[in-house]
Amino acid sequence: MLLLALDTATPAVTVALHDGSDVIASSSQVDARRHGELLLPAVDRVLAEAGLRLDAVTGIVAGIGPGPYTGLRVGLMTADTFGLALGVPVHGVCTLDGLAYAADLEGPFVVATDARRKEVYWARYADSRTRLTDPAVDRPADIAGQVAGLPAVGAGALLYPDTFPKAHEPEHVSAAALASLAAEKLAAGEELAEPRPLYLRRPDAQVPKNYKVVTPK
Amino acid sequence: MADEPLVLGIETSCDETGVGVVRGTTLLADAIASSVDEHARFGGVVPEVASRAHLEAMVPTIERALKEAGVSPRDLDGIAVTAGPGLAGALLVGVSAAKAYAYALGKPLYGVNHLASHICVDQLEHGALPEPTMALLVSGGHSSLLLSTDITSDVRPMGATIDDAAGEAFDKIARVLNLGFPGGPVIDRYAREGDPNAIAFPRGLTGPRDPAYDFSFSGLKTAVARWIEAKRAAGEGVPVRDVSASFQEAVVDVLTRKAVRACKDEGVDHLMIGGGVAANSRLRALAQERCEAAGIRLRVPRPKLCTDNGAMVAALGAEMVARGRAASDWDLSADSSLPVTDPHVPGTGHSHDHVHEVSRENLYS
Ligand SMILES: [Zn+2]
Repeated sequence: MLLLALDTATPAVTVALHDGSDVIASSSQVDARRHGELLLPAVDRVLAEAGLRLDAVTGIVAGIGPGPYTGLRVGLMTADTFGLALGVPVHGVCTLDGLAYAADLEGPFVVATDARRKEVYWARYADSRTRLTDPAVDRPADIAGQVAGLPAVGAGALLYPDTFPKAHEPEHVSAAALASLAAEKLAAGEELAEPRPLYLRRPDAQVPKNYKVVTPK
Repeated sequence: MADEPLVLGIETSCDETGVGVVRGTTLLADAIASSVDEHARFGGVVPEVASRAHLEAMVPTIERALKEAGVSPRDLDGIAVTAGPGLAGALLVGVSAAKAYAYALGKPLYGVNHLASHICVDQLEHGALPEPTMALLVSGGHSSLLLSTDITSDVRPMGATIDDAAGEAFDKIARVLNLGFPGGPVIDRYAREGDPNAIAFPRGLTGPRDPAYDFSFSGLKTAVARWIEAKRAAGEGVPVRDVSASFQEAVVDVLTRKAVRACKDEGVDHLMIGGGVAANSRLRALAQERCEAAGIRLRVPRPKLCTDNGAMVAALGAEMVARGRAASDWDLSADSSLPVTDPHVPGTGHSHDHVHEVSRENLYS
C-alpha cells in the first residue's frame, strides 16, 4: 500500500506519503492564499524525498473539509485528477477528523477550524478516533454552551479563547495524520468517505457588479 | 499529420467546464458541461456556483473528451489550461486539474491566455491563422480589438470596452425586457422579426474625438432601458421585437464599424471574430457585408467554438508546442487579470525543467 494524502481545507497546504505502516515523507506549509501554487510542488518534493514516482501510489486520500471553498477545491480537484490519471481510488477524510487524530486525546474534546466571517467549522469528539457530531459552521458565541469545559484543538479554537478557553495545538491539520487515519481505517476494512467537499454553506448567490468583466485595460 | 502535437485543453474561466482535444489544427473533441442553468435565476454568473460545478464536472468531462477523440492520455504531447483572465475561483479549479493531470502523466503543462485562445480556435475551423490577424472578441466578459502577428507570443490590444462588455449589454437589456438569461440568443431571435431602424439608439464612442477602437455600451444600455420604461410609464405596450432589433443593431453597427476601420488603418486583410456574441446572426451578417465591401476576409468559427470551450485552449496549447514555447512551472497560478499581452505563462525554468525531465523519462517509459 502506498497512500498519497493531501489537504488544503485550512491555511495549511499539507502532503504526505504513507506505506501502510508509516508515514515515509511529508510536507506542510501554512499560506492561506497560495494553495494553488504550493500543492503540486509539495507533492513533487514529497515523492522525491521518498525516492518514489507518482505511479507507485495505490490510493489517494484527500481532506474533504469543511474549509474555505477556494482552497478546499484545490486539494479535491488535484486528488480527483490524480485518481483519474493513475486509475487508483480516491478516498475522502473529514479534515476535522484528521485534526482530531493528530490531537491524540483520550477524553471528549472539540475540533474547530477557522471558517472566516467570524465563524468556525467544528465538531465534538469522544476521543481522537470517534466523532460525535456532524461537522457544522457556527459563530463561536452561539455554540459556547455545547463546548463548555471541553479541551479544543485547531486554529478556530485558538482564535476564539472566550468560547474555547482550553484551546491548544495542533493548530492545523497535517496530511501525515490524515494518511495515518486513512491507513488505519482501510486496514480495518472500514469505508472511507467519498472525496466530495463539505461546504456546509450555500453559495453566496450574488452576481457581482460587472460580473465576468475580464477586459484588458 | 501524426507529427502534429496532440494536446488536451481545459477551460474553466467562467461557467463552462470545457475539455477539448486537438491535433495541430485539427479538432478531435470538444466536451462541455455548463452550469448556465444554475445561474439563470440570478440573472448572471454566480462565481461560487460556477466553481462548485467545475469541480464536479471536471473528471467526467475529461473522460468524455478523450473518448470522443479516441486517444489515450499517454499519447498526449501536452496539457493546456486557461490560466486567466476570468473568475479567480473558477480558474483555479481548472488550473489544479490541469497541473495534476500533466504531472501524473508526465506531460508538459501550458498555462495559456483565455483571449488568445478565443482567437486561436479559428485554426480548427479555417486552418492556420494569417499573420497578422485582427481579432474582434465579444462576449459577456470581453469586448476587445486585438492585433496578433504570432498568437503564441505577440497579441496587442487595439481597443476595448471602457465599461460593459457587449454580451453583458445583451443580458441587461434581456432582463429589462423580462426575457431571461442569457440574453444574447433570445434578443437575436426577437430581433429577426423586428425593425432595426425603428428606434434610433445611440452609438457609443463614435464621435470624431472619441478613441477610434474603444467601445462603450453603458450609455446604450441606459438609453434602451429609459426608452422601455417611458413606454411602460405611458401605459403603452413595449414593442419587444423592434426594441431588440434596434438595440442589437446599435451594438453590432459599432463593433463592425470599428473592427473594419482597425483592419484598414493597420493594413490587415483578415478579420477574425470570436467570443459568445460572435454567435449573433446579425453581427455575422453585417460583418460579412462590411468586410466584403472593404476587401477584408472574414473568419468566424462555428458558434460552438465561439463560446467558451476547451478546444480553443487545446488549439493554443498545440501552437505553443509546435512553436517550441516554454512550458509552465508546477507552481503556475490562476491569474484573474492575466494581461492580454501574455499569450501564455512560461515557466522560469529552474526546478521546473528538472521536474519535467524526471517525469517524462520515468513515468511510462
Ligand atoms: Zn471567453
